[in-house]
Formats: sequence, structure tokens, C-alpha cells
Amino acid sequence: MAGKVNIIGLESTAYRGAKTTLCAGCGHNSITERIIDSFFELGIQPTDVIKLSGIGCSSKSPAYFLNQSHGFNSVHGRMPSLATGAVVANRKMIAIGISGDGDTGAIGIGQFVHLMRRNLPIVYVIEDNGCYGLTKGQFSPTADLGSTLKTGVINDLPPIDTCALAVELGASFVARSFSGDPKQLKAILKAALSHRGTSMIDVLSPCVTFNDHEGSTKSYAYVKDHDEPMSEVGFVPYFEDISVDYEPGTTQEVKMHDGSRLFLKKLDESYDATDKIQALRTLHEASRRGEFATRVNATTSCGFSSSCR
Amino acid sequence: MSVTAPSEQEVGVRETAERIVNDFAIQVATVNGSGSQTANLVLLRSIFQMGVPVSGKNMFPSNIAGLPTWYTVRASSKGYVARKKENDFLVAMNAETAKEDVMTLSPGAAVVYDEPLKLNELRKDLIFYPVPFDKLIAPVTTDAKLRRLVRNMIYDGVLSRLLSIDMGQMEKALRKQMGKKEKAIALNMNALKAGFDYADANLPKRDPFVVEPMEGKTDGMILIEGNAAAAIGCMMAGVTFVGWYPITPSSSLCESLIDYLKKYRKDPETGKATYAVIQAEDEIAALGMVIGAGWMGARAMTSTAGPGMSLMAEFTGLGYYAEVPAVIFDIQRAGPSTGLPTRTGQQDILSTAILSHGDTKHPMLLPASVNECYTMAQEAFDLAERLQTPVFVMSDLDLGMNTWMSKPFDYPTKGFDRGKRLDDERLKQVGEFARYRDVDGDGIPYRTVPGDGLPPFFTRGSGHNEKALYSERADDYTNNLNRLSKKFDTARTLVPKAEIDLAGRGGVGIIAYGTSHWALIETRDQLKNEQKLDTSYFRLRGYPFSKELFDFIDAHDRVYVVDQNRDGQMWSLIKLECNPQQVAKLRSIKHYYGLPIDGRSLTTELLKQE
Repeated sequence: MAGKVNIIGLESTAYRGAKTTLCAGCGHNSITERIIDSFFELGIQPTDVIKLSGIGCSSKSPAYFLNQSHGFNSVHGRMPSLATGAVVANRKMIAIGISGDGDTGAIGIGQFVHLMRRNLPIVYVIEDNGCYGLTKGQFSPTADLGSTLKTGVINDLPPIDTCALAVELGASFVARSFSGDPKQLKAILKAALSHRGTSMIDVLSPCVTFNDHEGSTKSYAYVKDHDEPMSEVGFVPYFEDISVDYEPGTTQEVKMHDGSRLFLKKLDESYDATDKIQALRTLHEASRRGEFATRVNATTSCGFSSSCR
Repeated sequence: MSVTAPSEQEVGVRETAERIVNDFAIQVATVNGSGSQTANLVLLRSIFQMGVPVSGKNMFPSNIAGLPTWYTVRASSKGYVARKKENDFLVAMNAETAKEDVMTLSPGAAVVYDEPLKLNELRKDLIFYPVPFDKLIAPVTTDAKLRRLVRNMIYDGVLSRLLSIDMGQMEKALRKQMGKKEKAIALNMNALKAGFDYADANLPKRDPFVVEPMEGKTDGMILIEGNAAAAIGCMMAGVTFVGWYPITPSSSLCESLIDYLKKYRKDPETGKATYAVIQAEDEIAALGMVIGAGWMGARAMTSTAGPGMSLMAEFTGLGYYAEVPAVIFDIQRAGPSTGLPTRTGQQDILSTAILSHGDTKHPMLLPASVNECYTMAQEAFDLAERLQTPVFVMSDLDLGMNTWMSKPFDYPTKGFDRGKRLDDERLKQVGEFARYRDVDGDGIPYRTVPGDGLPPFFTRGSGHNEKALYSERADDYTNNLNRLSKKFDTARTLVPKAEIDLAGRGGVGIIAYGTSHWALIETRDQLKNEQKLDTSYFRLRGYPFSKELFDFIDAHDRVYVVDQNRDGQMWSLIKLECNPQQVAKLRSIKHYYGLPIDGRSLTTELLKQE
């Protein structure tokens, strides 16, 4: 039986990759599924895409989606430079980079910082589980102060907030989501793919093997309890009629570069998705309360010309 | 000069009517940041314009202003352009180093000095010319800042008179140097004339050194630095992506390239750049960008020096194993660590040959001249794409930053070699695309690039099989490593061929590479003329080594390998591939004090080992 086809006539199977080798129940696999959905639903030609990664569990995942795209699983923490050279060399390709919290926040923080500054057209996803999965569960720099390892070791350093950092550095689309919230994550990914600067998405993605226990602040249970969605996120591609029932005044509409729209249904009335200062305040306040503000900050400004994608 | 040992002193100036024509070295000692570079280049160029072969070597501190710097201009009727061991004519402008500069001169040398320094009291075996620079500059301009900048032109004027360098040529050289800045030219000309007139009226000629016009030696030649030559080579090679991070002595390569690209590589219709240059956050990122661009199909390059090479090790290993083209210029400087950033050496040879962890090895091109900086830049891009691997061009500070004479560069006559890029026709022939399959038996597989419409593959620095799929299988791993080794053997036939000059079988053979070449020309003449020793010469121009190298060793009784490093790095690298008989013949000559190797020291060292 033929499956449903998208706007360019491809079935969703055309967007799948190799079988995952990550642990069953890994948050990263859910993110992979949402990436497949997003590319499929937006009708992006897989041969127009490049997928890049560093090293770690997260960085394995580009092999698990978009088999018809060129991929590059490079060296630890250095995907940003590789992606920079690649997108500058061929400005017609759509680049998605997959990193982890160690790959970005520790060994790769230098390259991450400069990627955000350059604001090149790259969708940069951090699959954030607060630990090093592939080397068996050591703390990463996004692990919260006071959270514990499976062995009982307590983390005595404050976490790096990659979203706050990205906003500060000039990334023009910054979001935080949760692998366990498929609807929000997909809408954010689709919006990111329609944005022409750097889109930085930190996706909390619990490590079911090493960081899903009582003392962890990145376990499924903890994130579910402490996830504070700032808005319901809806996304309408440029090729679809806008017939969504968002009430004016309660909805913020962000127009993306390709004409598509991101709708943010306000759960908090004071929320403004294009206010950089407010974004930082929200992140800091949520962090003080021990919560994760999952939301979008889209300044939709791009430091490069419109020819960049 | 502080970097060489003091010479033995004899008393009394030799009384001779001998004239030494077009065969001496002038050393100018100044303070960096004092604008002496203009005066030095005018001096170099004016002698060159008189038809006399010249070379200019700048020995400068790792500093922006206020520290001692020396510039040496060598004139040589025989065309020797290596550093000359002894300086014959000193211009002492720096109070801080003047005493030591004078003490290290050989007897009979001449010294032009700033009168208040009273250097004439130091030795009796030199010829001294005091010049009151401050008094002479006073009437030229009243502006204190300008005085400081043009003060150095006075010594050019003095030298013009003392050494018979044509003032017309000085003016021509000054105009070439200053472009259309008429005001600045007039000011400098006044300083030049003030020096000339002072020398004419007050300094009777007492030294033997003279510049006389020559014919046929410099006609049609150009003066250029190796880094600028390499930059032109990159442009001619169609570079489209440059990722770089500033480092001495390599920065001027990318900076020259940026200037040339801005000028020559704009789309005539849209006016937009047809290239991209990114100044990276460090050398790791610089090479990362280059690998990303090379993977995408661009002709991409970076340029660096020792400390950058250390940082690039990681991405070099990825480029080797994932088989991505990249061109890397290493403008070698004296290490280890930060070392002497403004001194030269050939100290990265061994580490570059196997840069990165695991079983890696990389092609290296070894330019000796500015012309080879130009041609090898082009060869490097062809080789990188042909071999699908990082290719290194091993220049050095002496070549990269000093001014050299050269015949004008030839416009490229052949097209680019883009290597084994898969196309539809080839795909039909092979039936199935396997990224790392050795289809042709030369170890080089076919590749596709994103966006070319051909079958994709997944590139990885982790273990992979010939279809580029993740694999930890022993046979996949070993087959791949063996194929990479076979590819490296193919490279032996593709890197630039050696230049071989045979004196006959048996006797002494010399292997040298890079800038040692210029000292070696002089050494071979000295051995022949002074010792009646005819030597064979193998000028190595590329790595991996070819069969000819080992044939050369077999054909001689003793073979000297000349290295500008402490441990005889090329000597070691050659020995790795020699049989025991060959190893027994190899001897090592090592030069490593930060200054370019000179012919006399090389001759002395070789004779010591004979």
C-alpha cells in the first residue's frame, strides 16, 4: 500500500535512515523521529540536505535519518567548523548539525560560540542529556548543580545554559524543547528549517541508561514535572493556507524567511518571542526555580545576505 | 650581531688597494617600528636595478616596536642568494646592539654609524664612517614624527656615495616602493640627498666594497616574497575557500591572497566575490572549515606555522581517514612550542609526515624558491584532489617572508586535476558506487560531493567499510588501512620529482631540500674550487620518497642529508625506508640557530665529517 506523500511526492520512508544503535527508549531516537517528520512534512528534497555531527551518542544519530543525504560524523566538538566550511562552499544546501551537551558544552564550546556569532544558515540541535552516554555516564557541563551520577557522585559545578549563551552570542533563532513533547519539538524543528540564520535548539533528551535515576535533573520524570512550556507552538509552512484558529492577541506570529509562520500561543501574557533581554530573563528565572522553560526566541535577523540559503 | 659568536680579533685595518666588487653583505641594525623597512628595500632594489644579483634577509624580533632588528642585503656577482656568514658592511643605527654588532664583525669590515655612539673607539681593525644623523635630518623636516620615519633614508644616501650605488636607481626604487605618494617621495628624496651630500663632503672612501652595474643577471627578474608567490599560486589554482588563523610567519600568505582575490576574483556581472575567506577562531577550526569545504567539493586551503600544525593534527587525521582534500601551507619557524616565532627552520618535517594519531602519513611538497611557492601551490591543489587527502606545502620563514629574485612566473598551461569525481558515465561502468572501493588498483577511490546529484555516502572518522558504512570488522579495517597505504605508494609517483645533478658514481652525494638549496649551491662551488671535491646533488622536492632517492644513495659512497633542524629530521625520515647498506652511507648535517643556513658553515661542517 502506498503511503502518504508530501508536496514533492515522497513518502516518509524516503526520509528514514539506518536502524538506530542507541539504547531502547533513548530520547535521541524520539528527536530523530521528529527530524524525519519535519523534513517530510516540509517537503524538503533529501539530496538538498547535509547532516553533520561531532562525536558522542547524539552525533551517531545523523546516520538514522535522511539516508539520501550526505552526512559527516566528524571529530569531537568540531562539527561547527566543518559545517561552516561546508555551508559557505555550497550555499544551496540545507545543513542540520546534531551535537550533544558534552560535544557542545565542553570540548566544543569554543567552536559553538563562534558558530553562533557567525549566524550562518545551520540548524544546530543539541541532544541534551546532561551526561556522557558513550563513555558511560560522566557529568557533562549542562548537568545541574547538585544532581547526582548513578554512582552517587554529586555535581559541584553550575551548568552552562546553551540557550542563554546562544541568545547572548547572536544566534537568531534559539529554542529549548523536550524529546518527550513531540508536538512542540516538531513545530520548532520545522520553524528552524525555515529560518535563514543559525537556529540553535537545545532538546532535553533523557539518557535512559545513565541519567534516568532519582538524583538526576535530566531524567524523564524530572523533566516532565519541571517542563514549563512558555507557549503552545504551531507552525504553518509557506505552502499551506493559514487557517489555524489562533485568537488574535493571545497569539504571537513570527514570520520566517521563506514566508512560513510560527505561531506561539501565549500561556504567559508577558511573553514576547523576539525580545532577547526577556528571553535571557526567562531562562535565568526558570533556572532559579529549577525548571526548564521550553520556548522559542526568534529574532529572525540574519547577519548574512538573503542568498545564504 | 648578537646571534652569532664573536669573531677572533686582529689588530689593524688591512691596507690594500683591493676592490671587492659586487660580492659583499651589508647589514643594517635598527630598532623595529622605526620605518627602516622602506630604506632597506630601497637599498636592495636599487642594487638589483643595477643588474647585480641580490637577496634580502630580515631578522626581526617577535615584537611590534622598540626591539632590535637586522636587515641584510647581499650583493653577489655569482648569483649566490643564501645568507652570507660574514657581514662586510654594517650600518649601526641601534644604540642598544651597536657595540655587539661591531664586536662580531670580521677585520676589515666597514661601519657606518650614528656619530654620538662613538663606535670607532671599540676596534682598530675596522673602517669607521661616523654620520650625524640627527643633524642631517633637522633641515629635511621639522615634524618630529616624520623625522623619525625618514631618518633611515639618510643611510641609503651615505651608502649610495660610499658604495657607488646610482642615486638615479635609488630614486627609482623609492618611487616603486612609495607608489604615488609624491609628498612622501619628496621628503624621502631630501633625506637621501642629505646623506649622499654629507658622505661626499666628509667621508673619503677607505673600504674596498663597490657596486658596479652588471649585464644579463637580473634582466626581467622580479623581487617577491615566498608567501606572496604562494598566494598567487593558490589563486591560479582556483582556490575558492580559505580558512585561516593569524600566525607568524604565515599570516602574509593569507593576507596577500585576500588582496589578490579581492582584486581578481569578482564575478564580472554581479560584482560579488567568487570565493570565501573566513578568519577562524583558531587553527583547529581553520582546518575544520577547510575539510568541510573540501568535502563539499571546493578547492580549500589554510596556512599556518608550527603551533598551528600541532592544533591541526586532529583534523589532519580525519582528512586522511575520511579522505577529504585539503591544502595546508606550513611556513616553518623555530620551535619547540612558541620558540622563536620570527626565526626560520625546517623543524616540522618529521611531525608533519605522520601528523595525527594512529597510522597516518601525508604528502609534503618542499619548495626551495619563490617560483616553487607559486608552482607547488598549484600542484598541491591538484594532488589534494587527486589523492583525496590533506597535502602539505612545507615552506619556511626565510622563503616566505624574505625578498627573493625570480624569473617572472609562468601562467598556468594546463587545467586543474579535479581527481576521481564520480560522474554518470563512470557510475554506469562500475555499476555500483562504493566510496572507499579501490576500483582502479591505485588505492584511490571515487568520490561524490553533496549537491552533485550522484549517490550520497556517510563520511566518518570512525571505522568504515568500502561502502562507507560503520564497521568494526577486522577485515574491513585492515583492508581500508592497506588501501590507504597503497594510495600513499601512488603518491610517490605524483609528488614533484627531485632535481638531480650527478657528478658520477661513487664519491660524495648531498641530499637537501627547501631553502638549504641556496647555501648548497655555494657549498658545492666551494668544495669544487677549494677542495677539488666534485659532489652529486639530489634536491628533494616531495614526500613520499620515490625510487630515485634510493638509487642516488646506492650510487654514492657517502651521502650527506642537510637539515635545518636539530635532529636531522629528513635524514631520519629517509633512514626509515632505507636498507642497512643505505643507512650506513647516510650522514647528517644539521643547522639550527634560527637564521637561514649559509654556504660557508655548510662547507665547514661537511669537511669536518669527510
